[in-house]
Amino acid sequence: MNQLLQQLAQHGPNPAAIDAFLEKHELPFVDGSKVTFVFHGMVDAVLLHHWIFGLPSSQQFERFPGTNLFHLTIDIPERSRVEYKLEIRKGGQQRLIADPHNPHFARDPYGANSVIQGAGYVFPDWALEDGEARRGETQDHKIESKSFGAQRDLRVYLPARYRTTRRYPLLVLHDGHDYERFASLVTILDNLIHRLEIPPMVVALTQSPNRLHEYADDARHADFIADEVVPWLDQRFSLVDSGAARGLGGASFGAVASLSTALRKPHVFENLFLQSGSFAFTDIGDHDRGPLFDPVVDFVNRYRDAPTKPAQRIFVSCGTYESLIYYNRSMVPMLRDSGAELRYVEARDGHNWENWRDRMREGLSWLFPGPLWLVYE
Amino acid sequence: MTAPFHVPDNVHLLGPQRLRPTLRPALDRNNIGSRIATVTAGWEEREGEDSELRAHVGREVVDLRIWARLEKVFAEDRALHDAMRERYDQVRILRGLYQRQLAHVLASARELLDAQQSQPTDLQAKALEASIEAVRLIDQRHSEHVAEIHESYRERIDAGQYPSLLRERDELRAVLESCSALCIAGGHVAILLNRLRALGVLDAAAQMPIFAWSAGAMVLTENVVLFHDFPPQGAGDSEVLEPGFGVVRGVVLLPHATRRLRLTDPVRVALFARRFAPARAIALDDGAGFELQRERVAVAAGTRLLCADGSVVALKAEEHAA
Repeated sequence: MNQLLQQLAQHGPNPAAIDAFLEKHELPFVDGSKVTFVFHGMVDAVLLHHWIFGLPSSQQFERFPGTNLFHLTIDIPERSRVEYKLEIRKGGQQRLIADPHNPHFARDPYGANSVIQGAGYVFPDWALEDGEARRGETQDHKIESKSFGAQRDLRVYLPARYRTTRRYPLLVLHDGHDYERFASLVTILDNLIHRLEIPPMVVALTQSPNRLHEYADDARHADFIADEVVPWLDQRFSLVDSGAARGLGGASFGAVASLSTALRKPHVFENLFLQSGSFAFTDIGDHDRGPLFDPVVDFVNRYRDAPTKPAQRIFVSCGTYESLIYYNRSMVPMLRDSGAELRYVEARDGHNWENWRDRMREGLSWLFPGPLWLVYE
Repeated sequence: MTAPFHVPDNVHLLGPQRLRPTLRPALDRNNIGSRIATVTAGWEEREGEDSELRAHVGREVVDLRIWARLEKVFAEDRALHDAMRERYDQVRILRGLYQRQLAHVLASARELLDAQQSQPTDLQAKALEASIEAVRLIDQRHSEHVAEIHESYRERIDAGQYPSLLRERDELRAVLESCSALCIAGGHVAILLNRLRALGVLDAAAQMPIFAWSAGAMVLTENVVLFHDFPPQGAGDSEVLEPGFGVVRGVVLLPHATRRLRLTDPVRVALFARRFAPARAIALDDGAGFELQRERVAVAAGTRLLCADGSVVALKAEEHAA
């Protein structure tokens, strides 16, 4: 048990003393690899639900005798970020809540969980606003899509000091608005360009109104991205006219959409940025991920049967606490054997935007190396 | 005891100018007249976008536009363009080979230096010296090989065959004659070297005071050293790009040193200082700089020296003047 908590227990705490204690300290307690969770309230039981793939996901808190204070200490490897919720049981009812004492959240495409940051985790300074970095500009556009028979939003990031006299590389990012909102995308682009770690580049942020269907190997989506978005951008912005200078990326189903589009439209994008791809497949029998995954599993199974090279360079990242880790690890040798140059990165993290944010520097600077060795302004 | 600077006639080397500009006081201090020539070719397609610089110096500024001039020459003489590209393809291949060599020898030197700093022994010191010597040898050979490529290109490309090149050089000479100083801004150091060399700018400005910062200062040294201790990819192995113009000798200049180097890591600092000795490794951060004028060296506060013992100390003028 955490030492401070032990001291509190020894003094036979009353509710007011417990509340004062909880107000005063940053929770959960992290002591090296030990993490202590605490809950105070009139409930029957408290359980920890975490999203670490492979571990029992429900562990019961212990109650301090004579109080409504519950606690649980577990081991978490260094530099980990672990998502969790608290299961509260009372009067035969149970519900999942965010940890009321923890200010940190991890967001994913479906919502948010509390997150514990293990010892040694360092928030990346390149994801914080830097007063010295010149700011790029974002523009909101509408694009008429024949593929979908509808108008689609397209946000375009232009780097600081954008000039039509220069030609820029292009990155198209699925769920780009979410990358901007939850993963500090624009700040990171400004900073990495300022630090010369990536070149000044144009980034197109797409956002699908129906991502789980459109991203699941939908031919219309590939047409939209390769035959509508790219030519539309080419007409309006000063871009390098080469697949080698174009990238396509996304997270979760966005990574599936990126791989599917690259395979359906060869050489349009020679750089892929695939984060925590939902690359579910079956070697035998059915999958158990629900009907939304049917087209994904069909697609990945087909690809595994006859793998081809989707792009020249592929960056793949995945959290080791994700249930998708097995699928991503399985894809890596296949993509590498296709002849693509591949960089694969794992982190002790889950399926969330902060994980994807924290891997952006490594992925983007590898796919689009900047001129930091040669420029001294 | 290290060798002194070579002190040229009138050269002023400054730190980065964006956040703490020091150019104007330097110009004023040296009684520079009302019209100055500038080189902003390191900014590439943004060459000549110098409104901040103009506002700062309070003088008439004539940008020599050497980036655009050489682009024009290339458009007129494709053979010259192709020869230049061929040359840089060779240099690129050579650089890749050099980086592979460096990765191994630098790793061993770093490892030995680390061990020597924590538990020094005489035998280890000898092994360390040999490792650093191996790094120096690879640096030197690389610099020579690049110089040979440039030399063979110069022999092949006789400027007399290219009227467009001669025209631009003549125009530049005429512009420079009407100016009282040459100012070279930072930016892309390889492009700066290439454009200054192709258009013979420093030959044409031989008698002029020169004020240069960041990459502009680096190109004036004997060997241009690229450096970054924490790049997002790779080990951060500093490397010699190629020989510079050698206007200033005995120094390796490190603009933005605090941002780019682990100056608190005694192993990295010591290795850098020992590798490039007897040249001095000088950190040129914002506000730093030094002036070299006939037998006189003046150093701005904040200009620092990387030392062989792993420390970083203030550079003192009197210790280093020739």
